[in-house]
Amino acid sequence: MLGNEAIAQACLEAGVSVASTYPGTPSSEIGAVLEARKHETGLHFEISTNEKVALEVAAAAAVSGLRSLVFFKHVGLNVASDPFVSLGYNGVRAGMVVLTADDPSLHSSQNEQDSRYYARLALLPMLEPSTPAEAHSMLIQAYELSEKLEVPVVVRTSTRVNHARGIVKVGAVKLAKLKGSFEKNPSRFVLVPANARRERLQQLDRMKIASSMAEESPFNFISGEGKMGVIASGVAYTYVREHLKNVRVLKLGFSYPVPERMIERFISKLETVIVAEELTPILELEVMRLAKKVNPGLKVIGKLSGYLPFAFEYSPDALRGLKGVVETDLPEGKVEVGEVNLPPRPPVLCAGCPHRATFYAVRKALGKRKAVFSTDIGCYTLGVNPPMSMADYLLCMGSSVGAASGFSQSIDDKVIAYIGDSTLFHSGIPGIVNAVFNDHRFLLVILDNGTTAMTGHQPTPGTGRSDKITCKCIDIEAMVRGCGVENVHTVDPYDIKGTMAVFSQVLDSDELAIVISRRVCPLANKKKGASKPLTFEVKREKCVGCKTCIVQFTCPALAFDGDKVKILAEACSGCGCCAQVCPKHAIEVMQ
Amino acid sequence: MRCNVLLVGVGGQGVLLAARVIGECAMRQGHQVVMSEVHGMAQRGGSVSAIVRFGDEVLSPLIPQGGADLIIAFEPVEMYRSLAYAQANSRIVCDTSCVVPMSVTSGDAKYPETEELIGAVRKAGLSILAFDATALAKQAGNSMSGNSVLLGAVAESGALPLSKESLLATLVDIVPKKYREMNTRAFELGIEAARKVR
Repeated sequence: MLGNEAIAQACLEAGVSVASTYPGTPSSEIGAVLEARKHETGLHFEISTNEKVALEVAAAAAVSGLRSLVFFKHVGLNVASDPFVSLGYNGVRAGMVVLTADDPSLHSSQNEQDSRYYARLALLPMLEPSTPAEAHSMLIQAYELSEKLEVPVVVRTSTRVNHARGIVKVGAVKLAKLKGSFEKNPSRFVLVPANARRERLQQLDRMKIASSMAEESPFNFISGEGKMGVIASGVAYTYVREHLKNVRVLKLGFSYPVPERMIERFISKLETVIVAEELTPILELEVMRLAKKVNPGLKVIGKLSGYLPFAFEYSPDALRGLKGVVETDLPEGKVEVGEVNLPPRPPVLCAGCPHRATFYAVRKALGKRKAVFSTDIGCYTLGVNPPMSMADYLLCMGSSVGAASGFSQSIDDKVIAYIGDSTLFHSGIPGIVNAVFNDHRFLLVILDNGTTAMTGHQPTPGTGRSDKITCKCIDIEAMVRGCGVENVHTVDPYDIKGTMAVFSQVLDSDELAIVISRRVCPLANKKKGASKPLTFEVKREKCVGCKTCIVQFTCPALAFDGDKVKILAEACSGCGCCAQVCPKHAIEVMQ
Repeated sequence: MRCNVLLVGVGGQGVLLAARVIGECAMRQGHQVVMSEVHGMAQRGGSVSAIVRFGDEVLSPLIPQGGADLIIAFEPVEMYRSLAYAQANSRIVCDTSCVVPMSVTSGDAKYPETEELIGAVRKAGLSILAFDATALAKQAGNSMSGNSVLLGAVAESGALPLSKESLLATLVDIVPKKYREMNTRAFELGIEAARKVR
């Protein structure tokens, strides 16, 4: 079972009533499973517009006596951090879990921040599973813990737990309670300063109770025998357990509040202790602090002493830094094969991707004019690659619009911002309102492919939910007009000429303009079983082998056979854009 | 006993499905199994890899460099890229059909000769079973069944302590019903290819 499937399974077994998320790798599959299986327990699952809203939805469910789960990737917790920190004050009534999926090594992210800091910021207990099976059992236990302490419990996973598969012993799913009741208690739940001050003191008391729970938790345990001690958390524990020999390992699964007495007992008689944790030396510093009290001569080996890396995810190879300190079974010696220059294979926009056509049209319409491109999070971020080179600045979800305001204020070049439909609903709208309010002038291109493509084609508020429950689709054009933007156009990027004409017109104007470039994601279409609309072929007698289509348009369904271009029939989506791009009109619909 | 399998290829080739078949099959044989895969941005036509580990006691989802017992490569360049994980006794099964990256099509990079890559592997003393699995997949009905062809060849090669019958039975259970026949055909073509190449 995939780690994320195990998490969803545990959520159904715990009788969770409300689950909410905004999709993000590596957490997205949890939602896919809950969507497919929600009928088994009556659970309400929703993709909220963003993580902040998702957390608020789950919090209100939990104070109304319904168990809730909110989950997202690590940067999602940044978006949700405002209500999250306050929730550490007034807490919940029924169990609530905030699950964050960290992405060390940035497999699919813009940073590799360490979510363990958030537990410390909000003073909320944290559990850290090492395997899919442990994620399953921890999630179920997290609800018990949350209900005892009346606060949410944070479960911190990482890519190698979410996207690992392992054997998981599952239990029976439990029917969800469909309705709860909200017992009013404004002095607890309304955080005006007088109430919040009281809650603050109670929060500190709660952490003392949580500390004693961590000391007793079965998720913190010692295994193995040896003179050398190791303290490990998360997936790093699995590498330690398998590859370090003759070590006694203290594994911390209930990692915040730190079980201080347990660590003190563990390190008190050791000469050396290795601390294995991904990203930040948080436990390492805790161990040093505690050693000062119980074993001042203790040698602490970890990141700060230079043995283990700070950056990127750990792997068995990360433990090679411990050579000479501890015995390992890591294979030595390499197979000697000659050096060959291998062509790089970065991810690319798919064949038939409407974003490519939009970028191409903007590039052509822009001509020699200088422009700065403020981009956003989604497949279209791949437009950063040449020859499109359509990304100059990116911070986070929704940043394209706010940053475009800042650029248009600060520089003379044309400013063009890109945002996808899902990202627009997530956090782009305040940027538009700001631009209208403060009279910022730039071009915003809304790449509306009718889905949240990168994370696995989840629906957006613009498409409506697939189960069609009383859902109204939000009309993007009406929405941005409602925000006060007047210069709004909608184009079909597959009509390259028409799209270029609109871009030429708006690039000549000096006001805030929005172009909605609307064409559904061909991958999403394929998933729905749509067949290829048209089949195209290269007329060999017309093709002069100029490679304009390949070099400027870069569709991966095009290949060069050394003389002429050919279309890879299985890759081609039949969009017909290459036929419009070809200067010799050599690409035609197959008769 | 521990068996470490590394699968490498390009997004969309069915790498993850092949990994699942091996993992599921090992689980049915009573082994402990741990797997790891990468989703998300990496899948958009980029290099993709998956790991399957099984045996008496496995916990870590990753393998160290020099730790692969078997490398199943869906593409020659990706095979070569993965060699840091090989050791002297590693077995390699490789589809010789190339997926040319955009960097090569546009003329920015060169695609090396497949023979050169495979020759270098042989020269290093590694055992490699290389054949055009994609061509056989087309013969079976769809180039997308290349993963089943490779699985058939792996089964025949004896590189895994899993029987041909059990691998095929797991494959049939995992693929959608309408593709069962085609994938069975592809698996059998893989078995034949492995016999011929040897």
